[in-house]
Amino acid sequence: MASGCCLQTVGPRINESRIGKLGRLETVYDNPSSSSSSLAPRVGLFVTCLVDLFRPSVGFAAVKLLEDAGCIVEVPRAQTCCGQPAYNNGDRADAQRIARTVIEAFEHYDYVVVPSGSCAGTLKRHYPKLLAGDPDWAERASAMAEKVYELISFLTDIRGVSAVDASFDGAVTYHDSCTGLRELGVKDQPRRLLASVKGLTLKEMDDAEVCCGFGGTFSIKYPDISNAIVEKKTKHIAMSEADLVLAGDLGCLMNMAGKLKREGKTVAARHIAEVLAGMTDEPPIGAPAHKRG
Amino acid sequence: MSKPIASESILARIRQSLGVGEEDAGRLNVVSQRLKTHTASLIPERARLPYDERVRLFAEMLNSQSATLTIVEDSSEIPEAISAYLRENNLPAHLRQGQDELLSNLPWERTPQLERLSGCASPDDLVALSRAPAAAAETGTLFLTSGPDNPTTLNFLPETHIVVLRSDDLFGSYEDAWNRLREVYGSGMMPRAVNLISGPSRTADIEQTIVMGAHGPKRLHVVLVAR
Amino acid sequence: MKPTSHAFKQNAAEALVDEQLQKALRNVDRGFVAKRAAAREKLPEFDRLRDEARDIKNHTLDYLDLYLEAYQNKVRETGGQVHWASTATDACEIIQNICMGAGAQSVAKGKSMISEEIGLNAYLETSGLKVIETDLGEYIIQLRGEHPSHIIAPAVHLAKEQVEADFRSKHKELPAGRRLDEPKQLVDEARQVLRKQFLAADVGITGANFLIAETGSSVIVTNEGNGDLTQTLARVHIVIASLEKIVPTLEDANTLIRLLARSATGQEISTYTTYSTGPKRPGDLDGPDEYHVVLLDNGRSELLGSEFRDMLRCIRCGACMNHCPVYNAIGGHAYGWVYPGPMGAVLTPSLIGVNEAGHLPNASTFCGRCEAVCPMHIPLPDMMRHWRDREFAQKSVPVLQRWALRIWAWAATRHRLYQFGTGLVMPMLAFLGGRSGAFRRLPLFGGWTKHRDLPAPQGRTFQQLWRKRRGRGGAS
Repeated sequence: MASGCCLQTVGPRINESRIGKLGRLETVYDNPSSSSSSLAPRVGLFVTCLVDLFRPSVGFAAVKLLEDAGCIVEVPRAQTCCGQPAYNNGDRADAQRIARTVIEAFEHYDYVVVPSGSCAGTLKRHYPKLLAGDPDWAERASAMAEKVYELISFLTDIRGVSAVDASFDGAVTYHDSCTGLRELGVKDQPRRLLASVKGLTLKEMDDAEVCCGFGGTFSIKYPDISNAIVEKKTKHIAMSEADLVLAGDLGCLMNMAGKLKREGKTVAARHIAEVLAGMTDEPPIGAPAHKRG
Repeated sequence: MSKPIASESILARIRQSLGVGEEDAGRLNVVSQRLKTHTASLIPERARLPYDERVRLFAEMLNSQSATLTIVEDSSEIPEAISAYLRENNLPAHLRQGQDELLSNLPWERTPQLERLSGCASPDDLVALSRAPAAAAETGTLFLTSGPDNPTTLNFLPETHIVVLRSDDLFGSYEDAWNRLREVYGSGMMPRAVNLISGPSRTADIEQTIVMGAHGPKRLHVVLVAR
Repeated sequence: MKPTSHAFKQNAAEALVDEQLQKALRNVDRGFVAKRAAAREKLPEFDRLRDEARDIKNHTLDYLDLYLEAYQNKVRETGGQVHWASTATDACEIIQNICMGAGAQSVAKGKSMISEEIGLNAYLETSGLKVIETDLGEYIIQLRGEHPSHIIAPAVHLAKEQVEADFRSKHKELPAGRRLDEPKQLVDEARQVLRKQFLAADVGITGANFLIAETGSSVIVTNEGNGDLTQTLARVHIVIASLEKIVPTLEDANTLIRLLARSATGQEISTYTTYSTGPKRPGDLDGPDEYHVVLLDNGRSELLGSEFRDMLRCIRCGACMNHCPVYNAIGGHAYGWVYPGPMGAVLTPSLIGVNEAGHLPNASTFCGRCEAVCPMHIPLPDMMRHWRDREFAQKSVPVLQRWALRIWAWAATRHRLYQFGTGLVMPMLAFLGGRSGAFRRLPLFGGWTKHRDLPAPQGRTFQQLWRKRRGRGGAS
């Protein structure tokens, strides 16, 4: 297993000889998908601003899952945000600036893995469009896009992970975050891994694929409409009779958790990575912090 | 009166947006080729079934669209089939039809109680009889064509519409049905109206509840003359 | 139609608390969505047909000028007339002149969104013409003085009790004691009342779902048959259609027809799909004496050369709005003009200006469901984003929003500063929110906390914790 081998980047540019210095690792999978399974891939973890600022435990869960899957995980320091707020609000120039810094920091990794469908979608589908007109960066954006993956689908589709070594006693329901679903095809993969969690029961909710109403800045620009949409979502969550709602996007989760809490519903909310990594000691999203001492 | 140069200015704007010139032989050729060859795109498999399955599909589709179907073995049985249908549904024993030759030459003497009027539909007609020169089983769709043989108003004014269809004219796909009409009218030529009819008239405009007979017929009955 | 799109937020707020509307909207969500899914299930070739449809339309747009000319020639060959209108007013004038020239007093109309776009009814009525909508949904809203709230189901926002009330107040000649509490009774009454109008109309105006260059035909799809009675019984048939409705051949139309009803209502095909070509022929017993086609530009020729060109592939099926979480929350009237939902959000600013309609492309979560179900593969969210690009470039974004974004973006490219700042702020917020785990109120986030709590951060940021945990090894 590849524990203890994760390094911080030492500078913005890494040269190829690094792989040799880190050594090779052998790992066995149920369904190895590529020849790279015998050589530990170097994964640059794009943490996302929400995970970084609001819920780092998701980041650590992602690291564990990736390491358990035989990856060497590095977390470039030069990352902040994927630039979606600028991009989706018409500020192309700023979005391009941010995109360039992200590409610069991540393009040399074997894979760029993101614990968020929307941020992964931005890097994978939208950076190439954003920089298509820039002769110096267009190709770099496309090249990096090939290597960008949302976390869960990376584990299943690229690393061949078909089961996790975790347990969770309870019923969960899963919300299909829009971008992950529609831009990246993330649908079965989370469910397959959840099915392997010991003790966990998955109860599908109605309209799991319908938007939760977050939409980034939409939730602040059009709060009443956003509320109407999330109300339908929390209603379906409650009807599923699950104790916990999971998703792959922290934005969606904070939106749903915030509404559930305001409505006094007792369903908890976590990022799916936390459950798959068996790291559910931290309080769920929006729940009181553990008492100190 | 439209401004005399409207078409020119619109076409000029279009060409400007496309970045093309006016006299472009290459482009003209592309367009004229496509219009001439009218190649079909993907035709669904269900539109390419052999005869027996085609009839089954046709019946299924009509049924799911609230139309009814009687199959007779020979055209001589049509008058009686129609008479029976009207009787069974408590409908009056009279109908309006056009000058369609096949319909006119049926052995109507077998159903003397059935009163037949000729011409286009009047608002008081309750039952109309037409013949469809083609149909497509893929969605249970009849192709009715305007003209003195089967006036268009027959398809819409009376509450009950009965349509005779020969099995030779029951095709699988829209493409085949249109090709039959091309044989009849000539390629690129059309009668004033071709009505593709797939059931009786309906609306869901009140609370999304389906109600039949919105403006057109409440009943559509097809009589298929089998091979 | 006078737009109220600038008042979108106000419109939406009213819509959200309109109980009757909310109840009616459930028909959209539950009904159309499930029906389309079932129709797609029944036709295995559905998604491949969408690819072909997109290619057909793209090809047609590449040769739009030539196909329109070919179409015009064909219409003339069959005895019809073609009129070209650059603007909405031009189109209205042309149609009015045709009606006047025919000595018309009453006009029957099939459903036409283009006629809404150009404000045709009001224009014709000012010259004394009586205009009757014959599509039941359109007829009902005409009685109410409203505009359609959905491009396929114009009266979807109404309850049957409201329709009953309208019929009772407008159909005064009918016995007051009659029962009108069931949809069937309402439909039968409409059939009776409108039948008279069909027979009396001098002019019938229909829209066109498609125009076919090969044959010079216009195609309409209805379930009621009203479009057919409209065009067959009157002396004059006028077709009003925008330029992009043209398709090359009958075969091309077949592909689009296979997708249209399935995408719209989940039907295999609309009950009546009618191809009309020219006026009555010698020997015909019925049909119009005159056949006119009015081709409307109204901005289409410009869209063709813009980043919104893909929007011209739209076949007006309504699938996008049926699947849109925003439309399902607020209904069609909130959008404030003719075209609601995602297609309205893209088209409306191009037709009435982004200053009037700017809210529409902004009021989207970019969930992408619209694009996922669009039979023509129109990248609707991308095009809404283009509008947002234009608004930002011309600085019509609210000042506070603009500067908040710029500050965020500025910090986001300076990771050391960003991490320093967030390293201070997040633990502070965690401390403030830790007891309950979430904020019920937070300055600057009033929009969020009005309706939901804002979960508190865990404390130190991931970057801080990561450097701490993996501290050795030369962090930079």
